[in-house]
Amino acid sequence: MKREKQLLKGNYAIAQAAIEAGCQSYFGYPITPQSEIGEYMSEKMPELNRAYVAAESEVAAINMVLGAGSTGVKAMTSSSSCAVALMQEGLSFIAGDEIPCVLVSVMRGGPGLGYIYPSQGDYYQATKGGGNGDYKIVTYAPSSVQECVDLTYKCFYVSQKYRTPVCLLADGMIGQTMEPAVINEYPYEEINQSEWALDGAKNRKPRFIASIEREQESLRKRVVKIFEKYNKILENENIFEKYETEGAKLVITAFGSIARIAKAAVKKARKNGLKVGLFRPIMVNPFPEKIVAEIAQKVDGILDIELNCGQMLQDIKASIASCATTIPVKFYGRPAGVMMTVEEIYKQIENVYKEIVEKKYGTACI
Amino acid sequence: MGRIVLNRDKCKACYLCIDACPKKVLGKDKTVNALGYYPAAVEKQEDCIGCAMCARVCPDIAIEKVYK
Amino acid sequence: MEQLVYKKPDSIKDDFKISFCPGCDHGTAVKLVAEVLDELGVRENTIGIASVGCSVFSYDFFNVDIVEAPHGRSMAVATGVKRSKPDKIVFTYQGDGDLASIGIGETVHAMTRGEKVTAICINNTTYGMTGGQAGPTTLIGQVTTTTTKGRKAELSGYPLKISEMLKEIDGTAYVARVTLDSPAAIMNAKKCIKKAFEAQIKGLGTGFVEILSTCPTNWKMTPQEAHARVRGEMSEVFKPGVYKDKVSEAQ
Repeated sequence: MKREKQLLKGNYAIAQAAIEAGCQSYFGYPITPQSEIGEYMSEKMPELNRAYVAAESEVAAINMVLGAGSTGVKAMTSSSSCAVALMQEGLSFIAGDEIPCVLVSVMRGGPGLGYIYPSQGDYYQATKGGGNGDYKIVTYAPSSVQECVDLTYKCFYVSQKYRTPVCLLADGMIGQTMEPAVINEYPYEEINQSEWALDGAKNRKPRFIASIEREQESLRKRVVKIFEKYNKILENENIFEKYETEGAKLVITAFGSIARIAKAAVKKARKNGLKVGLFRPIMVNPFPEKIVAEIAQKVDGILDIELNCGQMLQDIKASIASCATTIPVKFYGRPAGVMMTVEEIYKQIENVYKEIVEKKYGTACI
Repeated sequence: MGRIVLNRDKCKACYLCIDACPKKVLGKDKTVNALGYYPAAVEKQEDCIGCAMCARVCPDIAIEKVYK
Repeated sequence: MEQLVYKKPDSIKDDFKISFCPGCDHGTAVKLVAEVLDELGVRENTIGIASVGCSVFSYDFFNVDIVEAPHGRSMAVATGVKRSKPDKIVFTYQGDGDLASIGIGETVHAMTRGEKVTAICINNTTYGMTGGQAGPTTLIGQVTTTTTKGRKAELSGYPLKISEMLKEIDGTAYVARVTLDSPAAIMNAKKCIKKAFEAQIKGLGTGFVEILSTCPTNWKMTPQEAHARVRGEMSEVFKPGVYKDKVSEAQ
């Protein structure tokens, strides 16, 4: 069946995609700018005889997700910034328990209560985690409403396949943007969870899902096993966008909402003869270090653009350091507040291009 | 007559069973068990009426079975 | 012919290990929950929630599927399990610190929603596993490692009366407070635990049993002295009894 394009708001696209993906249990607590997700789920989930609970807090919501996920169903919550902070303990447990689940994080500007403006200030929160112990939250960052749909599917699939929490990291702009998108059919195979999930110990030994490990060696092994999983995810489930990076002298790195504005600026730069490309990691955790390193070896400089004070920047720098390249890495960022314009980013590109590329080759190379 | 199946290596010597037994069937063992405790011991099997009070109060499920 | 009158419940693992201190009522409480699961014939259809504290080692003995909750979050985890698998029997096994201090929000709201789960709470007036600090139920005057001169109300407030509080919540179907200080009390406790599971099975709401329990190690008492304390000062403040029983009303 061919699906029609609809005019969709990012948050509704995420909610509809979750339902299409077979999300059986949703738990959430309202917080702007993602409240539409919970509202949509409150209506649709009961209609489909699936679970919706208005949790009393985000602490409760993530632990409801833990319980639901432990039975093998596709479980999900959505939240934002200071409220995602409340979920960190639960996420650490879920990662340690190896329970599949999806967290939709629609960032606000922070710190503290901040406000609802578009921001990417929670890149650290998503990718470095606030919970305790050695674990990662696999994270995908959409930059369009269509990607909200496609990556919600990806999040459910990866979480189910690798039994790990996966985060869809959007922001107020993506969540609130309306643009045409298609709710395609869920494109992935269903992963059988019956070998480990809890459903009552009938004709088998009881199962125990927990993060506690009393033996030193088994605790070490558990962490090693979890990290092997992250390596596999990086190998098999990594997605990114490269735009005009071939032959580029300067590459712009950006993710999520700002990446699409950066892309427009890169297009303009190319039109004006500047050899500029864009690298947009879509999976931002585990971070595609090798790909950034490969790009870094072929260019003269990198300009990282973010709606924060330089968070992904640290991953970019680490990637470059990993291949012993010493190209300059410039940063242009702005914490929560006003979205950057194409013109503004273009000016930055021009300045950095002059500073790095033209200095090296002279203006002739333009 | 009743009969108690007591796993002496599960006993942690709280002796709640000794207090619970209406017929004073149970006492304290003179040798330590695998856990290092002096476990409860069946001393007067012949007096046991199989009421299972000892098993009900045993927090360690050391009294595994009671027959009547 | 010899007749078997008591045996280890099937809902306790064959290779069980009771990890509690000598004379601790936890073991008896666990055993009663297991006996009730056996009697109701639901062992193979049950998912238990282990909490943090002395009850974390539930997997050492319960012969049922178990998921571990972070400290205090058992009722939220139970909600997630039950809403996803409504045909399963779901229970939490929590201490008073877990259920009534750090987890009181999750407890109150799960019960407000009338989640069809059963919550068993061990109230021993202290944080047992961490070495006997004052908790939400510590009695006035009680000496703990954080109230070395006895709990003073003006400094650290009053003991929380869990059952009295939870009975007022519309979503609870069964609320009882029991003790385990004698064979008769144990038999009564089992009856109450069974009712708390029936509340769930009959879809009436949340079933809750608060078990006044001993902590001989941290109270620095013999198990016998500890039971005397349960009968005495603990029962004076936390009055045992059935506080709410929609199960019997429904029959």
